[in-house]
Amino acid sequence: MIRATHYMLMNRLTPFLFVIILSFMGVDVHSQWTDINMTEGVTDISRDVFNLHMLIFYICVAIGVVVFGVMFYSMFMFTRKKNPEPAKFDDHKGLEILWTVIPFLILIGMAVPATNTLKEMYADEEGDINIQVVGYQWKWEYKYLEDNVNFFSNLTTDQDEIYNQVPKGENYLLEVDEPVVIPTGKRIRFLITANDVIHSWWMPDFAIKQDAIPGFINTAWTVVEEPGIYRGQCTELCGKNHGFMPVVVKVVTPEEYELWVAEKKEAAYQLALLTEKEWSLSELMLKGEEVYAKNCVACHQTNGMGIQGIFPKLAGSEIVLNNKSRNVEILMEGVQGAAMQSFANQLSEIDIAAVITYTRQAWGNDSDGDGKIVVPKEIVEYKENKNNI
Amino acid sequence: MSAVVESHDHHHGPAKGISRWLFTTNHKDIGTLYLWFSFAMFLIGGAMAMVIRAELFQPGMQIVEPEFYNQMLTLHGLIMVFGAVMPAFVGLANWLVPMMVGAPDMALPRMNNLSFWILPFAFGVMLSSLFMEGGAPNFGWTFYAPLSTTYAPPSVTFFIFSVHILGASSIMGAINVIVTIMNMRAPGMTLMKMPLFVWSWLITAYLLIAVMPVLAGAVTMMLMDIHFGTSFFNAAGGGDPVLFQHIFWFFGHPEVYIMILPAFGIASHIISTFSRKKLFGYTSMVWAMVSIAILSFVVWAHHMFTVGMPLAAELFFMWATMLIAVPTGVKVFNWVATMFRGSITYETPMLFAICFVVLFTIGGFSGLMLAITPADFQYHDTYFVVAHFHYVLVPGSVFSIMAAVYYWLPKWCGNMYDERLGRLHFWLSFIGVNVTFFPQHFIGLAGMPRRIPDYALQFADWNMISTAGAFLFGASQILFLFIVVKTVMGGKKATPEVWEGAQGLEWTVDSPPPYHTFSTPPLVK
Repeated sequence: MIRATHYMLMNRLTPFLFVIILSFMGVDVHSQWTDINMTEGVTDISRDVFNLHMLIFYICVAIGVVVFGVMFYSMFMFTRKKNPEPAKFDDHKGLEILWTVIPFLILIGMAVPATNTLKEMYADEEGDINIQVVGYQWKWEYKYLEDNVNFFSNLTTDQDEIYNQVPKGENYLLEVDEPVVIPTGKRIRFLITANDVIHSWWMPDFAIKQDAIPGFINTAWTVVEEPGIYRGQCTELCGKNHGFMPVVVKVVTPEEYELWVAEKKEAAYQLALLTEKEWSLSELMLKGEEVYAKNCVACHQTNGMGIQGIFPKLAGSEIVLNNKSRNVEILMEGVQGAAMQSFANQLSEIDIAAVITYTRQAWGNDSDGDGKIVVPKEIVEYKENKNNI
Repeated sequence: MSAVVESHDHHHGPAKGISRWLFTTNHKDIGTLYLWFSFAMFLIGGAMAMVIRAELFQPGMQIVEPEFYNQMLTLHGLIMVFGAVMPAFVGLANWLVPMMVGAPDMALPRMNNLSFWILPFAFGVMLSSLFMEGGAPNFGWTFYAPLSTTYAPPSVTFFIFSVHILGASSIMGAINVIVTIMNMRAPGMTLMKMPLFVWSWLITAYLLIAVMPVLAGAVTMMLMDIHFGTSFFNAAGGGDPVLFQHIFWFFGHPEVYIMILPAFGIASHIISTFSRKKLFGYTSMVWAMVSIAILSFVVWAHHMFTVGMPLAAELFFMWATMLIAVPTGVKVFNWVATMFRGSITYETPMLFAICFVVLFTIGGFSGLMLAITPADFQYHDTYFVVAHFHYVLVPGSVFSIMAAVYYWLPKWCGNMYDERLGRLHFWLSFIGVNVTFFPQHFIGLAGMPRRIPDYALQFADWNMISTAGAFLFGASQILFLFIVVKTVMGGKKATPEVWEGAQGLEWTVDSPPPYHTFSTPPLVK
């Protein structure tokens, strides 16, 4: 494997060069090396990839210096003023062969380390922990196959930050409500797929980028030694909010990881208890508004008006006003051939009941329609009926 | 009355008024139509690029909504590829191929008229989708299924129709070029005596005939999926979304060489003329282009390294892609050797041609980096890719087209362009293009995905610079329009040779050339 030592000096010098050039351009220079170059990342593979990248970059720079050197030399030395009589030669077999063979050899020099690294990345066996990653428009779902833990990971950046109403936070567009949590030192295998369109799961610090494709399961693996929070993004155009579905991985120690898994299981149990309780309208409305803001506003908008021709409006919609059973069905099953997906597995029974209640009450829908509310038990019953069929 | 009599006397001249342009079968008129059409598309596609760059000037959403942003980036790509670059090269082929091979016109003049006049309709249909319910296509110029099928706006059907029309136009244009070159060369002009621009177009035309039907097949399968219940690309129905990408890129990769091979031809002419030296290594230049064309059919999946192909496929496509650097390198070395010990002057076409070689080579370097599969996992679908393909397409293809226009415009209209303004246009474009696209390498490597309307804060500085460059570049093209119009209207008269020592049959006829040239074929020694 290629190791960094040869390039250390160059790596240190290059940023200074850029900084000097930039300060001449009058640019406010607070950039660091990682602001203009690939990250070295935190895994052995990602460091291999980084070194491969730098190796090829410097080979390209060297070729560029030679070729452009001869070219600029010709441009300055062989102007009409300095060289009024052009030479007559127009071919040279030996040269042609030489500059076919030499690049070929250089390419072999590049292909060998690249092939080795690639083979290593493809050494894809079962992981210590196997996590299924599912892309949705526009969020990620993580399923821990051994521990039976699953959850969705949504962008938490506020719409007001995006629309410049309030200052933007440090992790603007790169923050989620629930990061995927993995322990250090364990081999983690990601099984990546998608529910609707093609997405791509990218974690630069692990050098993992795999397309999430409906009907396919792609795999990738990593071992991370360094605890921390790592951020990436979806990298395949997947519709309107493609720019708003970040990937956040939180790497913790194995002990913390065990604790976290136990907490997730306990929370799932508590949720099941809550579903049984009697919910009042105001409780449902409060919860529903929260769920709506997280899952629905992107398409149906805060005012429930949707986007004409693309996403239907909910305020004044016949279904939301007077057709409660169809209303529930859409949330549970999605709409075939449209962007509306099934939320049956994404949201808890409480969340679904609350958000339906919210949409049936908000924006004047309560006075225009039947104003019927939905309680969590009804969603549980819906699921049971479906299972019985 | 006298006018009528005169038109009878000169029945070889063009018709009067609009019918000259509507019904023309003259290769020069059709070439002119193609070039103006492509320039109009260049401005429209450019305006869309300005919307994109304006939105990206700062983090946060300011000017457009994400939905409209996606429509802009889709139409920008489609219009620049199919509306600006390809028709511009066809326009150059129309003007130059018959004159360079000593033919009186294209072989199939009526088809020539048809292949141009269906283009405005194709783009009329495509642009009209902006005003339809649900908006214009919003799935990127690569229109990956199922985003472009199950999840597409209704206007996708119009988009498919439009692609069919412009594909038919390209195929007809390509057939015309091949038939002209194969059958209508002047006596004595063997294949290996053809000017390189003609060679480059012969190869390009074969690529077009090979891959445009594949594109037509892809969009037809989409049409079936959307309207007739098939599931070619729908996993839920047993179809395969990745199949779409294989078909698309089997078209798409030769397509990118369709957009660069004629540029190779142009650069070879111009560099040789202004170095006052014969082109170095003609034979290897021809073979390099042929090898690039053949290789272009076996590298398509390097656009798809992250779709989860087996290791063997990844390795094959990596090695095959790296191989392309060899013939491409040969071309660059030959251009440099042509300049070596020449007697160089720097008129505007030469400035654009040299800039083409340098910046295209930089685009080639980043292309080589992208070929390295493990590194491509980090580059793929980031701004690094955006920087790469804009370096080969803007200072590559587009600069070569501008170089060609400055080089041959005096021949076409008989007037010299304003050299001072031409150089000003070059320097503004050169600075604009680099300020726009060079920083995109940085933000791409630092992790900014492409096709996003808003971005994290660490990318803010470079995006701002990039946007400033884009507006400089965009504004400079208004100057280009002004220069061309000014030259067509008048100016210093050009001699038949125009450029001292320029080689080729097109320089043996008057500037401007008579409406019909080489009615009697010239003899080539």
